[in-house]
Amino acid sequence: MNPKDRNYFKILRAGINTTYQDLGRNNLYHIGIPFSGVMDKRNFQLLNSILQNDDNSPVIEFAYQGPHLKYFGKNIFFCISGNVSFKIITKEGAIDGNCYQSYLLKDGDEVDIHSTNKSVYGYFSINGTFGVDYYWGSCSINTQAQIGPNNGNKFSKDLEIEIIHINNSFNERKLDYLGGTIENIRVIKGTNYDYFSNSSQDKFFKESFNITKLSDRMGMRLEGPKIENIVDPNIKSEGLVKGVIQITSAGDPIIMLSDHGTIGGYPKIATVISADYDRLVQLTPGSNIKFKDVSLEDAETLYKLYQMETNNLISQIK
Amino acid sequence: MIKNILNLGDAALYCDFGREVNQEINSNVIKYFYHIKKLNLKGITNLTPSYNKLIISYDLNIHSFLSLKKKIENFEIKESNELNKNLIKIPVCCDNNFALDIKRVENKLKLKSEIILEKFFSKNYFCYMTGFVAGMPFLGDLNQEMRLKRLETPRVKVPKGSVGITEQFCNIYSFETPGGWNILGNTPQNIFDASNQSKPNLINPGDTIKFYRITLDQYNESKR
Repeated sequence: MNPKDRNYFKILRAGINTTYQDLGRNNLYHIGIPFSGVMDKRNFQLLNSILQNDDNSPVIEFAYQGPHLKYFGKNIFFCISGNVSFKIITKEGAIDGNCYQSYLLKDGDEVDIHSTNKSVYGYFSINGTFGVDYYWGSCSINTQAQIGPNNGNKFSKDLEIEIIHINNSFNERKLDYLGGTIENIRVIKGTNYDYFSNSSQDKFFKESFNITKLSDRMGMRLEGPKIENIVDPNIKSEGLVKGVIQITSAGDPIIMLSDHGTIGGYPKIATVISADYDRLVQLTPGSNIKFKDVSLEDAETLYKLYQMETNNLISQIK
Repeated sequence: MIKNILNLGDAALYCDFGREVNQEINSNVIKYFYHIKKLNLKGITNLTPSYNKLIISYDLNIHSFLSLKKKIENFEIKESNELNKNLIKIPVCCDNNFALDIKRVENKLKLKSEIILEKFFSKNYFCYMTGFVAGMPFLGDLNQEMRLKRLETPRVKVPKGSVGITEQFCNIYSFETPGGWNILGNTPQNIFDASNQSKPNLINPGDTIKFYRITLDQYNESKR
């Protein structure tokens, strides 16, 4: 390719756990490969909708601190979703950007993504397509199993992000939206709920748990009242799904997240409902969680409502 | 063959084949797994066979628990193909730097380390399932006197290649990952290859594994 025809970002600072993500890879649990994919699916859907990309277009996900990017090429637009502070640096100077709003970038402009605010994950993309490789139908980077583009590693300084397509018919778009955080996480009782003492079952729903720093894309470790097992601290290892809350032998909960191990041997006390997953993953270490018990029927309805809410937001993009 | 189907959260079926762990129940799980996998049903996002359970994950936009449960209950499962039965030999070094939990295992089993290792290497093991992390095989069965529980608090990082035991099972950590098994040694053998998309796993359910002991020099040699 003629270097003059190239459109790309150069990474001046990588940020924390910056990776490509899409909706993830299906039907590989049986060989031990998790879904991966974006942690916060709503913010992924909103971002691709604002940018008029395909539903499953790759985006760049970051945690706590985003990358500092310098752009080279013909004019494009970018947008950021989440609750994120960032600056756009041009020849005219630097301005603070708003999330859920597209901005024009010219050759030599920079985007400096400082931090996520009271949340963990943010998302960056363009009106077009990044040049990524696909592994089992997905470009999601799973750093633990080293699967995905960039040899399955997170982004590092000086990496160049190729853009292989720009949608030239795009016009500026935005959405007025500020995603809220929640402290109450709704769950369905787990298949080993009766492994725990009555008083511990009570504590699980009445007291709050603190999110520890040992939390990442694989799982979230919590601290709080010890949950007492009265049957057996281990079960025969069996399949897991994202959102499952296991109790370790030490009596602490671990919630399985998108890059989780596919099989586990700790009893399952509960599972986070699908409608609350996006907001669960945005809770930062140090914050508190309270669990609320709902029925399967309610969880199915709550998911439909959540999806309707997302679709409603998408229809408000102007 | 399925004793009971429960829900695991709001987007997965939990198919229970029994409480015991043996090759007969495990073969039933694997038959269901291959049958459903072949049907390629729309909206099924994952199938996770294990010793005596099969978890079926689905897209909540396409299925609901009750309707999918009914569908699975009505399946008539035919005899599936013979399971593959390869014999795979895996080298293991039990140098002190690798045998992270040998002291704990000595204390719990009340056996000397040399006896523990001799017993461990004297048997062939059957692969029940693969998973937890990509390519990790769950193997069995250890002799009765070799069985102990996993660590009370799992390690945040278990080194890649670690060979561990818990209860009647042993495994190989295909990646550095959190884990709670008792580590007896380490293999230089790569057991998962992401660049081989059609056959990434060295070991698959139904295979037989023979561990053999190597020295630290041999370990370093094969790492080179």
